[in-house]
Amino acid sequence: MIPITPSHYLVLSAALFMIGVIGVLVRRNIIVIFMSIELMLNAVNINLVMFAREWQQAVGQVFAVFVIVVAAAEAAVGLGIILAFYRNKETVNIDEMTLMKW
Amino acid sequence: MADATVFYTLAAAIVGFAVLVISARNTVHSVIFLVLNFLCVAALYVVLHAEFLAVIQVLVYAGGIVVLYLFVVMLVNLKRPPETHQDPRRRSRLGLVMAGLLLAQLAAIGGYSVTTAGSASAARATEAAGGNVEQIGWLLYTDYLIPFEVASMLLLVAMIGAIILAKREL
Amino acid sequence: MIDTAVIPLLKIVILLAGLLAFVAYLVLVERKVVAWVQVRLGPMRVGPHGVLQPVADVLKLFLKEDITPRRADRWIFTLAPILALVPALIVFAVIPFGPETRIFGRPVALHIADVNVGLLYIVAVGSIGVYGLILGGYSSNSKYPLLASLRASAQLISYEVAVTMTLVSMILMAGSLSMVQIVEAQRSAGVWFAFVQPVALLIYFVGGLAETNRAPFDLPEAEQELVGGFHTEYSGMRFAFFFLAEYANMIVISAVATTLFLGGWLRPFPNVEALWLLDLVPGWIWFLLKTFALLFLFLWIRATLPRYRYDQLMRLGWKVLIPLAIANVIVTGTAKVFL
Repeated sequence: MIPITPSHYLVLSAALFMIGVIGVLVRRNIIVIFMSIELMLNAVNINLVMFAREWQQAVGQVFAVFVIVVAAAEAAVGLGIILAFYRNKETVNIDEMTLMKW
Repeated sequence: MADATVFYTLAAAIVGFAVLVISARNTVHSVIFLVLNFLCVAALYVVLHAEFLAVIQVLVYAGGIVVLYLFVVMLVNLKRPPETHQDPRRRSRLGLVMAGLLLAQLAAIGGYSVTTAGSASAARATEAAGGNVEQIGWLLYTDYLIPFEVASMLLLVAMIGAIILAKREL
Repeated sequence: MIDTAVIPLLKIVILLAGLLAFVAYLVLVERKVVAWVQVRLGPMRVGPHGVLQPVADVLKLFLKEDITPRRADRWIFTLAPILALVPALIVFAVIPFGPETRIFGRPVALHIADVNVGLLYIVAVGSIGVYGLILGGYSSNSKYPLLASLRASAQLISYEVAVTMTLVSMILMAGSLSMVQIVEAQRSAGVWFAFVQPVALLIYFVGGLAETNRAPFDLPEAEQELVGGFHTEYSGMRFAFFFLAEYANMIVISAVATTLFLGGWLRPFPNVEALWLLDLVPGWIWFLLKTFALLFLFLWIRATLPRYRYDQLMRLGWKVLIPLAIANVIVTGTAKVFL
């Protein structure tokens, strides 16, 4: 059996990242788009943690903690925006969110 | 041996749930698959000996952020049936192109790692001294104190912003 | 092999069996206690003095018809009770029930796992329990459960903040996140942390009452308010899971409070030599006694206090308990640095 090298984790996080990108580009529901962004952030976190283990430095994990913090802040504000938008336009399809001002 | 089994199972679960997130019809199902994805990622962190980060992932990501998503999905779903009008052919063509790019990228990474001799590193043999929590805590409060404080300001601003954005009347 | 696989497996089996039996009997104890407070007798028919009532209840729930509403989301409808019960049960993996004892000549630790982030693990797993509430109400496809589940989950996550802040001050006191280390810290300090941090215990207990949707914070499931709350449409085994989950959560709050504040398996006055008689009682009996005392407090409060209105409830959580908990953390930190 091949021992689990960092390349395995790189492949995994690349796959997860690309799935997130596909989700952002293909889906029209804005909440699913936000969730795909979270998938991308998770892929980055997996990379950071894996390298932290690889090089025996805890900095990677500290960075990952900050990524989680920023993701939380972004999710809160983003969902607030979605709610405000939904209250005005009654839609979550981003094809219909085309006007900068109405 | 057990290490490889655990990794492959978790990796399959993570990728599987991620695909289900972006392809589920019902948004609530997407959210549930996202939670499961995050729980599997947390398990992966435990395998990587980052227990503190695993618990933070479950606590903040799976138990906080996704609950927020679930609330918003429920509030939005109250009046409207799930999205019914999208051009399926146009979207799936783009999806196929992206999936092809993904495959090419993964093949490139896999090929690269095979040609450069495997770094099943010796550095991993030594276990770092001190517990995981102490290490992160030490770094957070000495070297990375300023980013820590900036992050707390960011959270404060985000909290205020979210409250103002979501209020009914100002 | 025996130490790494067989013994933990045995511990898990014993713990789960004991826990489920405890939960079933807690229902009976609640009915009896509430009855005695109200000057009546409670269940008396099944078995002597109603002792076999839980058996009858479990049989009833097993045999009841399992109804699924027509347009309910079937997968989530089944998933929600599981997501409510499982987190409540797996918390007990990190709770130490006693000191390291010798059973049949083998040293056995009376906890399943000593995770070095044990306390955070408990909080994290507790925050997964929210999903049972939200999904249960949503998947029933009916308006009263939906509203009730939104209210119940909002209540839970509000009080989660106050409870977590309280746990932070306990971490400061003990200097470690591991539950076993926290009990050891209380033993080396010679005093239960409840005497050092009474405010924290109070906040934790009130927050625990609110998190488990128990009186006086049980608005989301009171019959006069929202029919049955988020589990209105559930019947049979799925309802049994929600029911068990509520009581298991009560036991979790009591067990965690016992470990953090009341010294876990330590006897009163752990380091005083003159009370060596108390040492004859094994550690896990002390643990059970203390947990039971807190559970009795839960039941007593239910029988005595009237219900809070929802806005009063939220005001209490956000405007009273959270500032108090944060102040507690600040005072604890300051005291730790300067004393």
